[in-house]
Amino acid sequence: MNSAALNLDLTALLPALGMVVAAAAVLLLDLVNRGGRAPTRPWLSWGALAGVLVTAALSIWLIGQPAASFQGMAVHDERAQALNLVVLTGAALTILLSVRYIPNVNSQTGEYYGLILLVSAGMMVMGSATDLMVVFLALEIFSLGLYILAGLRRNDRRSSEAAMKYFLLGAFASAFFVYGAAFVYGATGSTRFDLIGDALLAGRADPLLLSAGAALLIAGFGFKVSLVPFHMWTPDVYQGAPTPVTAFMSIGTKAAAFAAFYRFFTGALATEQASWGMALAILAALTMTLGNLAALRQSSLKRLLAYSSIAHAGYILVGLTTAAAPGIDGALYYLIAYAFMNMGAFAVVILLERQGEMDALGSRLNGIARRQPMLALLATIFLFSLAGVPPFAGFFAKFYVFAAAVQGGWSWLAAIAMLNSAIGAWYYLRIVVNMYFAEPTAETRIEAQQLSVPLTVTLSLAAVFTVALGVLPWVWTELVQSGLVGVFVGGLAAR
Amino acid sequence: MALSIPYLLTVITFLPLVGAVLVTLVPSDGTKKWLALATTGGTFLVSLLLWTNWQQGEAGMQFVEEAVWFAPLGVRYALGVDGISLFLVLLTTFLMPIAVYFSMLYVHKRIGAYMALMLLLETSMLGVFLSLDLVLFFVFFEASLIPMYFLIGEWGGQNRVYAAVKFFLYTFAGSALMVVALLIVYFSAGTFDIVALQKTPLPLAVQTWAFLAFSLAFAVKTPLFPFHTWLPDAHVQAPTAGSIILAGVLLKMGTYGFLRLAMPIFPQAAEQYGPLLGTLAVVGILYGALVALVQKDLKSLVAYSSVAHLGYVMLGVVSMNAQGVSGAVLQMVNHGLSTGALFLMVGLLYERRHTRLLSEFGGLWASVPVYTGLFLVVAMSSAGLPGLNGFVGEFTIMLGAYSYSPVFAVLAAAGVILAAWYLLTAFRKLAQGPITNPANDKANLKDLNAGELAMVLPLVLLFFVIGLFPNLFFDKINPSVEAMLATRSALIQQATAEQMPALAETVEEQ
Repeated sequence: MNSAALNLDLTALLPALGMVVAAAAVLLLDLVNRGGRAPTRPWLSWGALAGVLVTAALSIWLIGQPAASFQGMAVHDERAQALNLVVLTGAALTILLSVRYIPNVNSQTGEYYGLILLVSAGMMVMGSATDLMVVFLALEIFSLGLYILAGLRRNDRRSSEAAMKYFLLGAFASAFFVYGAAFVYGATGSTRFDLIGDALLAGRADPLLLSAGAALLIAGFGFKVSLVPFHMWTPDVYQGAPTPVTAFMSIGTKAAAFAAFYRFFTGALATEQASWGMALAILAALTMTLGNLAALRQSSLKRLLAYSSIAHAGYILVGLTTAAAPGIDGALYYLIAYAFMNMGAFAVVILLERQGEMDALGSRLNGIARRQPMLALLATIFLFSLAGVPPFAGFFAKFYVFAAAVQGGWSWLAAIAMLNSAIGAWYYLRIVVNMYFAEPTAETRIEAQQLSVPLTVTLSLAAVFTVALGVLPWVWTELVQSGLVGVFVGGLAAR
Repeated sequence: MALSIPYLLTVITFLPLVGAVLVTLVPSDGTKKWLALATTGGTFLVSLLLWTNWQQGEAGMQFVEEAVWFAPLGVRYALGVDGISLFLVLLTTFLMPIAVYFSMLYVHKRIGAYMALMLLLETSMLGVFLSLDLVLFFVFFEASLIPMYFLIGEWGGQNRVYAAVKFFLYTFAGSALMVVALLIVYFSAGTFDIVALQKTPLPLAVQTWAFLAFSLAFAVKTPLFPFHTWLPDAHVQAPTAGSIILAGVLLKMGTYGFLRLAMPIFPQAAEQYGPLLGTLAVVGILYGALVALVQKDLKSLVAYSSVAHLGYVMLGVVSMNAQGVSGAVLQMVNHGLSTGALFLMVGLLYERRHTRLLSEFGGLWASVPVYTGLFLVVAMSSAGLPGLNGFVGEFTIMLGAYSYSPVFAVLAAAGVILAAWYLLTAFRKLAQGPITNPANDKANLKDLNAGELAMVLPLVLLFFVIGLFPNLFFDKINPSVEAMLATRSALIQQATAEQMPALAETVEEQ
């Protein structure tokens, strides 16, 4: 067979390839550095960032040219590009956060950036996978990278513990996933989503085997996006991992796993929506409720953001429960909004970390508004957005996702979700209260060594987009539907 | 031909926002203050164009602006104003310069942030009254929480943080379910357009749930009787200008929500739950008045009187007849002016004596006659003395309430007596009798100066204008109210005909 018969159309793969090429380039650059003669280290992060930006441009260019490749094992439609953009946003902001941070954690910065890029590539492949084998491949690519990244600070016990925990539980989850995939294959005779769907339509599927397989797959995915009851690892790993890595995990992993979630359940199991819809709805309700309740009691900022990220996973799952187009678009909008506001929140955490630490207590924000009014203002924007207060992006994200839920007849789930966002408001608001109204203490200061131009840029970008996406939500939907042209046309049409 | 400005409503709504940005950018405190005053003053002048360019007798929305905001969900950026919202807009733009000017005189701490928040608050309040789209309405409705929260929490009294958090969480939690309800409405009716929704029949089940969720949000905001506990805290702790705006405008967002959304969009559910809301309103009138009667702190007295007064407004809204609703619209404005003025007077006194305990005062007639005289007028306006604004509104509401339910009207009338009682008691303790505390001496207590008079007198002038020439206002309010009521009763008739076709046929045969 020649390559045409294999349907090896590489244009569709350009974004993932872009990331791999960038990763290779960064690693080569680092190799040159090893000799000690060419001081290329400062170039590593900028090289990685350039790779991300080029890839984002490629991804935007590909919008509107959907293609399937590898005999239907991957599809590159608008949603795949939208997901790419979410992952790339996360990667770009993570790189900016790392410029000053990572050299203090581990001297192997070249490997760090290479891994970030490769992990992103894995996440992006997962977003376009339409076959359980490809999903597994992508899952392993990005998980293995993340295990290493979580334990980047080798001499720190917390970091090593986080990596170990993440690795062990992740390995279990992968095993669940593969086991589930095997069951599904046994039940339907295929691992390709469309063929699984055909088998179901034709009634060739063994229902018992299939539901066992689907349940195991849910467990596997649930681990990755930390759905309750598969969330136990999240707070420890979030706390122990270097903060930029935590920030990246909270966004990229969610985005990738939700994308695969959506493609599998709406692509392969579309006919069975009645049965898995309810399962996902219950998981979503549990996830957001437990996440929010646990977040109420946290004093460490990273653990708080970990539980908050569990809660947000629940909100996003509400959109997937419906299995309808608005729910998926809503979840994607939620992911991009979450990428900006959560990156901003983690950037604030970094500013509060002392030398040699990778976490900060919430009490360090007490009265920070007196000393750092600008930082307090930005943090307030992120927190209000996370709480879902208009006019910030977090509100529109919830609104979009819950609209889909109501449309799909899941009003009770939307009601639970809204009540949850009221609980959420409590702990986000508590931080705002402390920032503005508590007395500053000796601990109330930002660490000068963490302050850098790239970090300031991250904070500003995150804040600008958190506001802009909330006020002009159509910019994102137009962008992922019809590319940059769509944004301009949409802008004119709105007038 | 009067002056006209394109995109007038957008200009009015967002002028304060522009001002807020500029206030944070200019350097000195003095400039910030004057810039804030100029912005609110300018907004007021621009908003007067609504009055001058008003199409008299037109019932529908005027100055309408429309654009698609978010196509996937049919959300629009749509603004418009009719007789129901016109005076609330003018009330907002009128009270803001007064509140800002008061703050210029007495707020010294971090004035730039303070003024910026006041201006943000103005934009969000105007947005609520001008929105013609449910989502836009909700965005402004919720966004108003943020500036108010900071105003109370940063510039408030002793217990300010507690009050601010309670205010925020109460109202945020109250409106959480409204999001779900407005989505249910959208997917049932296919639009977020408020005007179109008022004409769209909705299934009874949708109406019931949506009405309850909307009512919860607005009942917390108004506040109706069992949901009022955040209000005294917020009011007592808020800085004076914050109280003026909170009582004057922010609470009206709740009653306005009932009037514009909950009652007309869900008419059958509103009929069903009307008596419940009416009862809560009457309980609020009596409860608020009785609690006000025993307050030792002047500001909490005024705060509880707000609970009582908004009970009247709710009673007018619930009665859903022309008199009740028109009276309620006017009474919203009246309450904004009277209670705003009361908080202003209390604030002026507090800035002099740094106490609000009634027992600290007495004999102010002798020492500060101008202040005391104006206080009496303001108190009488709030108590509903004929010839002043409060009377017109309350009387019209009573007429409407009587035809809705005589019992409610009689009980509410008792509230009027109580109002006179607590206000006069407060006045007696404040102004009459001998001067017992040397701090109230003529030598120690200064009367109002020109700048302070400039704040109080416009309010007092309006009391008389509304009290003596109410038709200036009713002429603009009534057509819109009548049109809304007509649409609403048509909807109810249509729904009844659908649900009981046999009955409708027999009616037609006769």
